[in-house]
Amino acid sequence: MALDRLFRRRRTRGGGREVPELWVRCPRCDAQVYKRDLEQNLWVCPECGYHHRVPVETYVAVLADPDSFEPTTGKVRPTDPLGFVDTEPYPERLARYQQKTGRPDAIYGGRATIGGVPSVLLVMDYAFAGGSMGSVVGEEIARGAELAAAENRALVIVTASGGARMQEGALSLMQMAKTTMALDLVFAKRLPYLAVLTDPTTGGVTASFATLADVILAEPGALIGFAGPRVIKQTIRQDLPEGFQRSEFLKKQGLVDEVVDRRRLRETVVRFLRLLYPGEVDAA
Amino acid sequence: MPLEFERPILELEEKIRALETTAREQNLDLSEEIGLLKEKLARLEREIFAGLTPWQRVQLARASGRPTTLDVAQGIFEEYVELKGDRAFADDPAVVGGVARLEGRRVVFVGHQKGKTTKENIARNFGMPHPEGYRKAMRLMELADREGLPFLAFIDTPGAYPGISAEERGQAWIIARSIQRMSRLRVPAVAVILGEGGSGGALAIGVGNRVLIMENAWYSVISPESCAAILWHDAKEAERAAAALKLTARDLLSLGVVDRIVPEPGGGAHRNPEAALAELKRALLESLEELDGLDPEALWQDRYRKFRGIGAFEEG
Repeated sequence: MALDRLFRRRRTRGGGREVPELWVRCPRCDAQVYKRDLEQNLWVCPECGYHHRVPVETYVAVLADPDSFEPTTGKVRPTDPLGFVDTEPYPERLARYQQKTGRPDAIYGGRATIGGVPSVLLVMDYAFAGGSMGSVVGEEIARGAELAAAENRALVIVTASGGARMQEGALSLMQMAKTTMALDLVFAKRLPYLAVLTDPTTGGVTASFATLADVILAEPGALIGFAGPRVIKQTIRQDLPEGFQRSEFLKKQGLVDEVVDRRRLRETVVRFLRLLYPGEVDAA
Repeated sequence: MPLEFERPILELEEKIRALETTAREQNLDLSEEIGLLKEKLARLEREIFAGLTPWQRVQLARASGRPTTLDVAQGIFEEYVELKGDRAFADDPAVVGGVARLEGRRVVFVGHQKGKTTKENIARNFGMPHPEGYRKAMRLMELADREGLPFLAFIDTPGAYPGISAEERGQAWIIARSIQRMSRLRVPAVAVILGEGGSGGALAIGVGNRVLIMENAWYSVISPESCAAILWHDAKEAERAAAALKLTARDLLSLGVVDRIVPEPGGGAHRNPEAALAELKRALLESLEELDGLDPEALWQDRYRKFRGIGAFEEG
């Protein structure tokens, strides 16, 4: 199983970050959970169902059929078109995230079959600059959509992003148009596009490709919206209602199809894809 | 209220007016002195405007008296009618639009609308649309397609409204839809950033075959104030953020985000709206002419190539 492979790899790689902490405290219910159990449970708290953020590889392992994943991202690298400096120069910030994640930017993905459905699977990486979308993320999403259209694959995108990346200014903003337009190549071929929104998905990502999917699934408790809660609070100068902008609220508002527990994500995605995908699908 | 850097210009103008009054009332010939002062004024204005910082341009983009979408409609169309409502929930006063005649040719237009007074600004929500504003824009895009009329979009918003009512009605969802709907137009589309081009709320009506920008307008992923609040935890660093974001017309032209800068008269569009609108009208007509004769497929291809090509990265 792909999941076992993933966990073996995580354990043997073992960085200092993971080894010493054998127990993890749930930020929501305070339960102390044995880390191995939490991993086996896809980082969902067994006590309260809280969904911890997980590395991008976890989504690939969860969704892609065993041995079917073939990465296509990573050949495009960010530059510093504005010469942007805030508390540190943008290239240094990028280098730090690249070292931390081992990838050039905030996205990872490639070809895969999902329940036998030929797909392009793209996963945004919140650990890289808050999953923000600059030129590279926009380009990879567009290339992913073009690849899906060219090879008759379904498009599946797992989102996690604070929005468009400030350090690339208007170029980041334009990625919203670029990604949105690239989706039309997928739609023109009558191929399905499914999005899984995870915590958090806000700003320019929500306001472009993320919410244009045929099927929108959301992980429980994920913060999803246009403006972040802090900005809204500043605007209206009052506290926000409990659960505002969370997946369950959005489901009630008719903005997402289903709120799906990560432990049932694969079977749910497969069920939707197999019915929406127009071609022949081998039994998985 | 005048902007800080406009003060020397306004003071000199005041002095000239005073001399002219004196000359008239006391029947004196002061034409030489006045002529010299006018030359000095022109020089001063040129100097100040040549050295404007990005932050000063942001202030010009927000200056009261700057032409709004309805001023543009009034100023450049022979006639127009406004269409109201999103046919679903409400009429959003922060977005206006309708059908118009431009040099004899019918067009559909839409734009963000700010107020001229505090009262009107409150009514128009300072040009910050709710989802119904974008649904109104999409309704007008439908109309343009069905009637085969060119589509003009005027951008002037600090951003889409970030409030509870907008969020619970799917602000992000509707902006995405509006971007998508505009990109699918079967008719020529020209977008102009008139004043403020604040983020996704601006881009929602910014997917033109041609994107023009007024000389002193700004367009970026975030407002300088919000950028400063996030990066430096202090909105007062907005001046720094304005420079860092490369949000001026000239920066955007070199980044490939806009196609053409519409020059503003000396002192900025708010000091001489008629001259600004004459330039805008000329630029719009020329842009439409460039797109004449392109069929729906070619127009889509043109838009796709344009936006697909925007971005900065390295291969390998």
